[in-house]
Amino acid sequence: MIELFAPSLLLLGSLFMLLAAVGILRIPDLYMRIGTSTKASTLGLICILTAVAVHFGEMGIGTRAIAAAVFVFLTAPVAAHMIGRAAYVTGVPLWDRTIVDELHCRHDRRQHQPSNQHVDEPTTGGDGQR
Amino acid sequence: MNWHELTCLQAATALSALMLTAAVILAFLRLVHGPSVPDRVVALDLIAVLVVAIVATYNIATNQPVLFDAAIVLALVAFLGTVAFARYVERSRHDD
Repeated sequence: MIELFAPSLLLLGSLFMLLAAVGILRIPDLYMRIGTSTKASTLGLICILTAVAVHFGEMGIGTRAIAAAVFVFLTAPVAAHMIGRAAYVTGVPLWDRTIVDELHCRHDRRQHQPSNQHVDEPTTGGDGQR
Repeated sequence: MNWHELTCLQAATALSALMLTAAVILAFLRLVHGPSVPDRVVALDLIAVLVVAIVATYNIATNQPVLFDAAIVLALVAFLGTVAFARYVERSRHDD
């Protein structure tokens, strides 16, 4: 029973990776694509790293697998957020059936920063006039 | 190749390598086809994570735990590359 654990985890992780790749090819919008590829590939990589740790069953490999998993958990959302923000700032279009764009009024794409002109004033109530 | 002599782990690694290779091909299609630069950066990021997974799978297939360090270093470098690309895209917009 225990020898089936690592192969099943390996297949599960590869399946999530394949789903991430299908998603990055099929989904119509860059931002949704970032979301699906980041989440699915993170989960798939965690499964595969766990499969490596279970297969070898040594202390050193397990520690390295946990370290790599923690690193991926920390860095994948940061990278996704950074590339998403860069895409929004440079004006990559959203999907034409997108319903809510909460950054649309609050973010001036040309100024490269949130569009509150008077920074030193309190920001409450300033957004409704723009 | 005799299919009856495959163990469960060998079959799983072969199937896993097949799926990961198909995933790399799909991500590469997005890399070629992507209309904007951030599309290509996301595809490259996914390809880097897929290569880490392929190295880990190759680890299991060849029973060589030494290669696992290469996977960790590759994950680090992939994050740095994505962040550098993001800053480059943002900066290039900011300058003009």
